Amino acid sequence: MNYIIEIEKLNKWFDDFHVLKNINLKIKEGEIVVICGPSGSGKSTLIRCINYLEQFQQGTVTVDGIILKDDVKKIKELRKHVTMIFQHFNLFPHLSILENLTLAPTYVKGVSKTQATKTAMKYLKRVNIAEQAHKYPNQLSGGQQQRVAIARGLCKDPKIMLFDEPTSALDPEMINEVLDVMIELAKEKKTMVCVTHEMGFAKKVADRVIFMDQGQIIEENTPKEFFENPQSDRLKQFLEQIITD
Amino acid sequence: MAIYEIEQSQKSPTNTKGPIKWVLDNLVATPTHVIFSFLILGLLYITIPPFITWAIIDANFIGTTKASCTGDGACWVFIIHKMDFFIYGFYPESEIYRINWVFGLSIIFLLLFKYTGKTFKAKIALFSLFPIIAYFLITGGSFGLVEVPTDKWGGLMLTLIISSIGIVVAMPVGIILAFGRQSKLPIIKSFSIVYIEFVRGVPLITILFMGSVILPMFFPEGMTFDKLLRVLIVVTLFQAAYVAEVIRGGLQAIPKGQYEAADSEGLSYWQKMLIIILPQVIKVSIPNLVGNAIGLFKDTTLVLIIGLFDLLTMVGLTSIDSHWTGFATEGYVFVGFIFLIFCSGLSRYSKVLEDRLNTENR
Ligand SMILES: Nc1ncnc2c1ncn2[C@@H]1O[C@H](COP(=O)(O)OP(=O)(O)OP(=O)(O)O)[C@@H](O)[C@H]1O
Ligand SMILES: [Mg+2]
Repeated sequence: MNYIIEIEKLNKWFDDFHVLKNINLKIKEGEIVVICGPSGSGKSTLIRCINYLEQFQQGTVTVDGIILKDDVKKIKELRKHVTMIFQHFNLFPHLSILENLTLAPTYVKGVSKTQATKTAMKYLKRVNIAEQAHKYPNQLSGGQQQRVAIARGLCKDPKIMLFDEPTSALDPEMINEVLDVMIELAKEKKTMVCVTHEMGFAKKVADRVIFMDQGQIIEENTPKEFFENPQSDRLKQFLEQIITD
Repeated sequence: MAIYEIEQSQKSPTNTKGPIKWVLDNLVATPTHVIFSFLILGLLYITIPPFITWAIIDANFIGTTKASCTGDGACWVFIIHKMDFFIYGFYPESEIYRINWVFGLSIIFLLLFKYTGKTFKAKIALFSLFPIIAYFLITGGSFGLVEVPTDKWGGLMLTLIISSIGIVVAMPVGIILAFGRQSKLPIIKSFSIVYIEFVRGVPLITILFMGSVILPMFFPEGMTFDKLLRVLIVVTLFQAAYVAEVIRGGLQAIPKGQYEAADSEGLSYWQKMLIIILPQVIKVSIPNLVGNAIGLFKDTTLVLIIGLFDLLTMVGLTSIDSHWTGFATEGYVFVGFIFLIFCSGLSRYSKVLEDRLNTENR
């Protein structure tokens, strides 16, 4: 079977704190995986290991055939194909929206400025924000900023998109505009790994939902089974909690 | 169940203006206010009118010798007469036009710099071209210009040369030191820390002294090193440590997410630092950087101890001229005024820059 992400026996510590415990996870090309779990369970840490924002002490992570280790060239190659969308958008505030989008293609991939601008405008249109191309990030609402961040990620035509709670810093009325964009992306069958508590999103588009607690994967299943027929007590508890929220 | 009408906004009741209201609010609002207002206004009353009488009303402006100064007030004739010394030091009179060219060019370049907008390459070209032209004009010795050795340089011109070179060159050096201090490599990190802390722990005057008196002792016999060049190196390295500290503070103000986004976009370390981090750091650091620049500008007066004739030193030198004894006060007031103009100009500029960056990016 062809896996685009293969995580084997991954262990990570922050000093003495064992934050990821023996994680095994294989993700197929085109698969859409949602990760959920209580705060502090290690979801962000896990997803950040996939694009090597976090280093780890034990185990192997193979992404698109690249075995991740401390090697600038390999990591650079990896990041050409993997993009990450953050909770707090992390747009570059001193650059215009358009510059935010054309930066990596021109500097990292050596695409010409005109070509990069064309691509950028294409994706800005896709996330319905083309009119704002010449504004600065701080002039946009949170939802708009997150859509720009997604467009920025798309500009490098990534094979894998990682999302770390992309909607949890947003006001409620803006969550849907971002989720809509993500649902559109999911239809294209790009590989997506998404940490989120938006269960509606998970039910709608996920191929698989993973529940993490205390640094471990506790349960994984198809969305239907995951929500309708949870096995472990911890997952049952967790689902009860987010439903009553 | 209740429904309320949306109300019209009303004018704030405290928003009335007028001079009497201003005095009531700002000068005599509380008993402590009253006392301080009284003390400060009193102090101004005692000092300002006599100063104006001395500096303007009773002062002499016209004439050519000491004899023209008859009034009780300041003798500005002295300043006017010695103006060339104050501005150019001992630079030969026949060559002074070269310095004026440099002053003129600096204004032209500044304007060009301003109006090249966002074309980065043009700015860099301008920025590198000016020092080269200025160097050849001031030192001479080529293009048919008479050479003027650095021991003839002095006055305001020298002050400006030392401080501008110090301020400008210290920027990149300080930035590299600040990055070094964050480095994961222990050697680079500890070198940066030791350097920064050492320099900041020693007064400039000591380092100047070390640089010009003690260092040459270690040079091989017969090897000389231009005094001004030594001062420039010392001042730059001194200022760099302070710039590094300011930049470090700015670096701490940048959220971790900016580094992570730059990494995840695939930028290299230097691309990340120069394109993403540094512009944001400089923006938040402008007030402190300008503060340091002002500090250095004033500190250049210390070069007097190793025998360079900066603006302040010129007062001492001109006022012992036997034809013009007794006018040191005018000299110091004049020099103080020059310093005030440059420093407050810098300070205003930093405010403008800050406001502009704020409206652009916010
Ligand atoms: N840089 C770090 N240094 C030390 N401990 C850390 C660091 N980053 C995270 N941790 C700890 O590791 C644990 C897992 O953090 P992580 O951010 O992965 O959790 P999470 O599941 O994403 O939680 P949340 O839902 O709150 O985002 C937490 O207990 C956190 O305090
Ligand atoms: Mg998290």
